[in-house]
Amino acid sequence: MKRVSLLLLGGLVVGALGACGGKKPEPPAPVSAGPDADSLARAQRAHDDSMKAAQEEADRRAREDAERQRHIADSLAAMGRTTDAVKTILATMIHFDYDKAIIRAGDASVLDQKVAILQANPGLHIRISGHCDERGSDEYNLALGNRRATAAKQYIVSHGIDAGRIETVSYGEERPIDPGHNEEAWAKNRRDETDVLSGGDALKQP
Amino acid sequence: MRMDGRTGGRAVGTGVLLAAVLSAGPSVRLTAQDTSAVDRGVRIGILYRPGVRPGIVVLTGRAPGLDSVRTIMARDIDYSDRFELITLPGSDSIRLAAAPGARPAAGTGSGKTGGGVASAAGLNYPLYQALGADFAVALTPAGADSAVVTVHDVAGGAVRRELRSRLPPLSDPGFRMAVHRLSDRVLEATLGAPGIAATRVLFVMDGKAYVIDQDGADRRLVSSTDHAAMSPAWAQDGRRFSYMEFWQGHGRLFVQDVATGKRAPVATTGQALDFTPAFSPDGKTLAFSRAIEEGTDVYTVNIKDGCCLQRLTVGRFYDNLSPTYSPDGQRIAFVSTRAGLPQIYVMAADGTDQQLFAPFDYGATGSSNAPEWSPDGQAVAFHRDVAGTLQVFVLDVRTRAVRQLTSVGRNEDPTWAPDSRHMAFVSDRSGYRQLWIIDLEPGRIRPLLQQSGARLPAWSPRLPETAPSTP
Repeated sequence: MKRVSLLLLGGLVVGALGACGGKKPEPPAPVSAGPDADSLARAQRAHDDSMKAAQEEADRRAREDAERQRHIADSLAAMGRTTDAVKTILATMIHFDYDKAIIRAGDASVLDQKVAILQANPGLHIRISGHCDERGSDEYNLALGNRRATAAKQYIVSHGIDAGRIETVSYGEERPIDPGHNEEAWAKNRRDETDVLSGGDALKQP
Repeated sequence: MRMDGRTGGRAVGTGVLLAAVLSAGPSVRLTAQDTSAVDRGVRIGILYRPGVRPGIVVLTGRAPGLDSVRTIMARDIDYSDRFELITLPGSDSIRLAAAPGARPAAGTGSGKTGGGVASAAGLNYPLYQALGADFAVALTPAGADSAVVTVHDVAGGAVRRELRSRLPPLSDPGFRMAVHRLSDRVLEATLGAPGIAATRVLFVMDGKAYVIDQDGADRRLVSSTDHAAMSPAWAQDGRRFSYMEFWQGHGRLFVQDVATGKRAPVATTGQALDFTPAFSPDGKTLAFSRAIEEGTDVYTVNIKDGCCLQRLTVGRFYDNLSPTYSPDGQRIAFVSTRAGLPQIYVMAADGTDQQLFAPFDYGATGSSNAPEWSPDGQAVAFHRDVAGTLQVFVLDVRTRAVRQLTSVGRNEDPTWAPDSRHMAFVSDRSGYRQLWIIDLEPGRIRPLLQQSGARLPAWSPRLPETAPSTP
């Protein structure tokens, strides 16, 4: 709208000048031709300048508007990408040996990432759930899953995270992610999962 | 002593019988002569030798409705594993042939009569004796809603007992349980010991708790469908049971009334992972396992007053779980990982005097779990990891000797019948996990439920008369 009105204004100015210029072909006044021509040229120049300035101003504003819109969109997208990426890292599972609740050496780095995410996002609360394969006793596996969830929590807490931000649960062998009855499936099912309890809407990358 | 691999029934071949006899336990002293005598299906007198079961014949009733009664009763008697159930080829014709001459025939049996008992139907006792029967059971209708069961002592040539019972109509949900109760009275009349026909088994399948009659009939859903259920357990009066449900990662315990189907959450549970409830024999206390960050421990709560949570074990660096009361209520057997792998321990009911219960070889014996104290107090059943799979074991409470009951496939979660002789458990011997029943004495095994995925069975006590069968 702003741009349109500026153009309209410019058009009016041009129209007025054109009306003046329409007088040019008429015979010039012999005496006052010099100063008149100068003042006309000055007026013309001033007019051209103001036209140019107005146009530039309009263009600049338009550019800025577009820029701002683009910036907002970009930053929203970036923020979403970050949250998703952080959540993906957070959701990385760790795995256990049969009937064991000891964090494997290779899984310590996975937990280190969770520690960093929790440090970068002080409002984030998580839940760790411990799971087992189908080979052990059904009810004993609830106790074992509890140890597995607790083992991960203790690791994270020992790296400086407030214990109150982490809840632990156990599902024993009740929620397998692989329904198979072989070592490959069992290895996948002996795991800790991490879910966001709260404060996970906009997560910062550590 | 291994007890697998036979599905029971009447032993016909000498070799099969010999195998059964050899594995039936040290008390069996059968000679080859006895074996061949049994093989002929003829016995003299009711002198029961160990391992030889008396024969019983269930005669056909000839009234509408009684066919079902007879079928259910015959199966109950068979499943008691106390008798050789004799099936008569064309039993109707024998019954009819015997009937006209019944009264005189009764007199010729052994010279004795039924004494003071008014014999409803005399039998050709020598005929049934020749067929191997020690007892004969006859059903006769009595009015519109009752039946009379006449228990004949074939060898004695007399009526031993007449049992009159009201029977609800076939369509009534209480019909089957009424017949099961009558079966138990027949068993009481013949053996002097109550049977286990009027019992049910709770179990879990697809995250829901069900109950089923001990003969595999009448399966009913008892838990809610919106939360996964585990670990059902009966109260000793048979009027209530308990189970655990997952509520957003917490384990909440419920006590449910059999008669009304109404349930109530157990006070103080549900804020942590509470599981494996077990009623004290007096029904006032519920022992259970609670998993918190410190680990899993055994607790008790007073369910009569809904108060007074008590912690019985403190295992900071190990787990204690799966409590089971001795029938006198004085002790609790449970699982502990204090020596590394889970093993069976025992303590006083107040948590004191904790000690190892089922001996094991450190570093050699596999994990032991899921203990259940037998109703007669003499044994604790549990399962143990043997070569990477689970097998059912029994601990003799007095001698602390442990014996392995199963060896075919994976076998777990044993639960005792009220006779302390039968046991239900989970086995994959047929290719998938399902519920089975084993008779510990001859080792006969039968499926309880031919459906995959059933687990965590809990056998009821003898169910009280007043407990309606409608959940």
